[in-house]
Amino acid sequence: MPEISLTVNGEQITKSVEGRTLLVEFIRETLKLTGTHIGCDTSQCGACTVHLNGKAVKSCTMLAVQADGAEITTIEGLAPDGRLNPMQQAFKDHHGLQCGFCTPGMIMRAMALVAENPEPTETEVRHGLEGNICRCTGYQNIVAAVLDGAKALRS
Amino acid sequence: MEDFTYSRPASLSDAVAVHGNADDAMYMAGGQTLIPVLKQGLAMPTDVIDLGAVWQLDGIAVSGGTVTIGAMTRHAVVAASNDVGRAIPALATLAGGIGDAQVRNRGTIGGSLANNDPSADYPAAVLGLNATVVTDRRELAAGGYFDGMFATSLEPGEIITAVKFPVPEKAGYAKFPNPASRYALVGVFVAKTASGVRVAATGAGQDGVFRVTVLEDALNDDFRAAPLRDVTIPEDNLMTDMHADAAYRAHLIGVMTARAVARANGRD
Ligand SMILES: Cc1cc2nc3c(=O)[nH]c(=O)nc-3n(C[C@H](O)[C@H](O)[C@H](O)COP(=O)(O)OP(=O)(O)OC[C@H]3O[C@@H](n4cnc5c(N)ncnc54)[C@H](O)[C@@H]3O)c2cc1C
Ligand code: FES
Ligand code: FES
Repeated sequence: MPEISLTVNGEQITKSVEGRTLLVEFIRETLKLTGTHIGCDTSQCGACTVHLNGKAVKSCTMLAVQADGAEITTIEGLAPDGRLNPMQQAFKDHHGLQCGFCTPGMIMRAMALVAENPEPTETEVRHGLEGNICRCTGYQNIVAAVLDGAKALRS
Repeated sequence: MEDFTYSRPASLSDAVAVHGNADDAMYMAGGQTLIPVLKQGLAMPTDVIDLGAVWQLDGIAVSGGTVTIGAMTRHAVVAASNDVGRAIPALATLAGGIGDAQVRNRGTIGGSLANNDPSADYPAAVLGLNATVVTDRRELAAGGYFDGMFATSLEPGEIITAVKFPVPEKAGYAKFPNPASRYALVGVFVAKTASGVRVAATGAGQDGVFRVTVLEDALNDDFRAAPLRDVTIPEDNLMTDMHADAAYRAHLIGVMTARAVARANGRD
């Protein structure tokens, strides 16, 4: 089995994995970081979104071995001391979630979007979230949360 | 998913050698098609050869009227490239409209062309711009590269290394995305070049991407969107599926072509 070394939420990790192990399986089952969700097998829902060297990717559509040498951030990495990050707080304030299943992926995607474009317009937020599906909210409050979270992160 | 032997060769010759020595190997670029395929058990290779470390497949270069894009270049990189944006803005726009942000961070031009999904975007640009697909062993003109749905003239083990796009006088791309998958229900790439207008449609044809000659004839006479309203698009050989029938796709080809022409003419 190939051995991989990577950084997850700032922590250096070395483990053996099978070639076929998906990054999301490694995160959830090996590292027990279950904030990253699996919502589909067609690479469409975005619930599994994490950051790979700062960029949003679907961790269900990547092998764990491909993350060798990379820096991964999961939703747990946003609140290391248990205090909500401003984007998480904005989702709470704006009721940007109902069941919460899509929320970790939404927030990880939103954080990457805001890192690339700190002052996005509503249209840019809607386009930016095209890879994340929510079956509950109708998106309205998610968009409001991302706009407000972006503002909070700027200040 | 069945297990396989994973390798990550650092050079083109190593990648080809690993392929040659394996029972049933597959190359992997960004995995944005291959991984879903493996998950569903639609392919069960003995070996997966990751092309991510092959240095020869990287980079974008513009010189002498040609834009050359390495096979492993991610869609997001093409979309954000100032070089591509200046030379062929329609190509950067096309790349920025593929799938979603996460897919664009991993998916590659080489993987998209090797897969030749009948609803993928890049095939329209390659055929519309009359680009050349460069492999580890030869160069293939766009017309001879595509070989029907999910089929190309690549031989077993052959690796796409780059795509060379001639810079047109002007060009535009417009797609009507399927709202669920974001693939093209119909996408049309229009290019005006010194040797005439080329119109390539994706998402519509039963045999994958194709040139729409009635529209090329009309645009060679008059490169404007308005007169295209009078052109009838033949329905023969257009796809009918759960998303749209052939008549609707024929209609969309006209509408998307008019939008692409308006964009090429700087009137969005
Ligand atoms: C949710 C979602 C939405 C999408 N929407 C769109 C869309 O709107 N438009 C669109 O065009 N595409 C879309 N795609 C596809 C995406 O653009 C990928 O780029 C495409 O699937 C190819 O993926 P890849 O580059 O990661 O290649 P892989 O998945 O790694 O490989 C695909 C195939 O190509 C072969 N291959 C890869 N590289 C080479 C090479 N250099 N030489 C020879 N063979 C090679 C592999 O062996 C494999 O058979 C979407 C995908 C997803 C998951
Ligand atoms: S689990 Fe649905 S995109 Fe990854
Ligand atoms: S809150 Fe339930 S899926 Fe989005």
